[in-house]
Amino acid sequence: MPIGLLLVQALNGLQLGILLFLVAAGLTLVFGVMHFINLAHGVQYMLGAYLGATLAAWTGSFWLGLVLALPAALLCGLVLEVAVFRHLYGRDHLSQVLATFGVILFLNEAVRTLWGSAPLPMAMPESLSGGIPLMPGLLYPTYRLAIIAAGLATALLLWFLVERTRLGMLVRAGASNAPMVSALGVDIGRLFTAVFGFGAMLAGFAGVLAGPIFSVEPGMGDNLLILAFVVIVIGGIGSIRGAFLAALLVGLLDTLGRSLLPELMRLFLAPSPARQAGAALASMLVYVVMAAILALRPAGLFPARGA
Amino acid sequence: MADGAAPTAAGPAARLSRDGLPLLLFALLAAAPFAGFGDGASLTLMARAMILALAATGLWLLVGGAGLISLGHAATLGCGAYAVAILDAHGITEGAIVFPVAILGAGLFAFLTGAVSLRTSGVHFIMITLAFGQMAFFTAASLAAYGGDDGYTLYGRTEFLGGRLLESRLVFHFVCLGALALVWALCRAVLASRFGRVLRATRENPLRVQAVGFSPYPYRLAAYTLAGMTGGLAGALLANATEFVSPAILAWQRSGDLLFAVILGGLGRLHGAMLGAFAFLLLEETLSHVTAHWRLLFGPLLVLAVIFLPGGLVGGLVGGRRKPGGPA
Repeated sequence: MPIGLLLVQALNGLQLGILLFLVAAGLTLVFGVMHFINLAHGVQYMLGAYLGATLAAWTGSFWLGLVLALPAALLCGLVLEVAVFRHLYGRDHLSQVLATFGVILFLNEAVRTLWGSAPLPMAMPESLSGGIPLMPGLLYPTYRLAIIAAGLATALLLWFLVERTRLGMLVRAGASNAPMVSALGVDIGRLFTAVFGFGAMLAGFAGVLAGPIFSVEPGMGDNLLILAFVVIVIGGIGSIRGAFLAALLVGLLDTLGRSLLPELMRLFLAPSPARQAGAALASMLVYVVMAAILALRPAGLFPARGA
Repeated sequence: MADGAAPTAAGPAARLSRDGLPLLLFALLAAAPFAGFGDGASLTLMARAMILALAATGLWLLVGGAGLISLGHAATLGCGAYAVAILDAHGITEGAIVFPVAILGAGLFAFLTGAVSLRTSGVHFIMITLAFGQMAFFTAASLAAYGGDDGYTLYGRTEFLGGRLLESRLVFHFVCLGALALVWALCRAVLASRFGRVLRATRENPLRVQAVGFSPYPYRLAAYTLAGMTGGLAGALLANATEFVSPAILAWQRSGDLLFAVILGGLGRLHGAMLGAFAFLLLEETLSHVTAHWRLLFGPLLVLAVIFLPGGLVGGLVGGRRKPGGPA
């Protein structure tokens, strides 16, 4: 495979990894602090994309759409937390899985009812619609590079928030011993709500970013959700740093697997079966890696401290 | 005693009150075709309900019996269904071959994935079963020779000794009923046995089970394999019911549906799985007549059921509530 194509695929993988990280960060925070499995986190990514696409169409500007979609996504998250999730914190994982599964069914159908089943178009911002030459004759879309940059900036901001601020300190303390934090006079319920809303907003942010390059349609969050779960399990549940590294790993593995494995299989098989076997292997690759990591290191690659 | 299969040295009267509901259900299902529900639509719906109940009963063995929350049970149904499709593509439609292959194939899949999955517990177990389910899903979607994404249409139902027995809806109805009753009785016997008692003990407290001198792992693996085999049987029946096999059978949402059926019925009793499966299909059928967007009502009902009906239908009906098991 030519080196240019490899570079493009690696950048695509990085960009998928960044989106995964934005979704997985909220998921891992919510699990780390509240021990709450939220299957409905992927729907929040979908909601973000729909809100972004609709608001961008209304205002006629991607940037206004983005700025308005973030508080809207935050609001959706808070409403869900107050209406449903709050009642599930003390319950077992089974109840949490099921109730959030119900939320998925509801919101996927609600989106289908409101916006229809057809994918919603979302325009890229003018200023980022061009390409940047990676090497002579090879353009890479500026928008995708912008996603990578935005994701890295968010990761940095998140690291600062969690490691260097008072709020982040409370979140970390809550993750290792919630009753103790509560006994020290912190309103743990409000802390939970804040973390939850913030996670929903991050997922919504990822949704808006993904809007122009993936199709905005009902159920778009489901597949990403499963990948995000793979990410937090590989990275170690509750660990932001683990989620970041695992997200990049999964993004690169998935994207490079899809382009490289069919080529690789051609060394052993005829072209047509090689393409099929390669594609099948590629779609299974991340799950195989996850199963292997869980079997060898059940706590993940970078387990959260104190958890 | 809250547990379904709790062995007590009870007389026939107590036995009847304990098993009365499932036996009544079987009797009703046996009588239904002759009591005005003999038309095609009713028989199709009942067959679907019984197959779902069969799969849910197997899953109950894991969730209610062993406290293992699997979010990948649909994969075992997929193994059974694809066994039917793959054998059909190679011209083998004899039931005496197809059904054992479907059951053993799904059992082997469950054994292999269970051997890895059971090394983890709690959330990780949920996630790893989900991952194996997704692997099975993508494998099925990539089987281009057997339809790939589009699925595979069976040319006919499975035969027995060359006879096209299952083509008759009525015969198929009783085959499904027989399979359901058999699996229920089997799971009940398993749970009541010494093996079942150790299994239920590992749900309550794995540490103490180890202290008493048992290793939970082989018990859990055996239960996981058994549940997989019932899933394989359900999948083979499902393929025959719809005469169509596609990766949609293995989608992770189907595993969620199954889990919901089990919980809706309740973890207090084994037959909760059956009740839950019937209630699930009835709900789906009723709501989809009300509106095309029936999931708008179904989703919130699921949430409400989880929040307000922790004992499930069995808990509500019999009062046989037990506190929901902690994270496995």
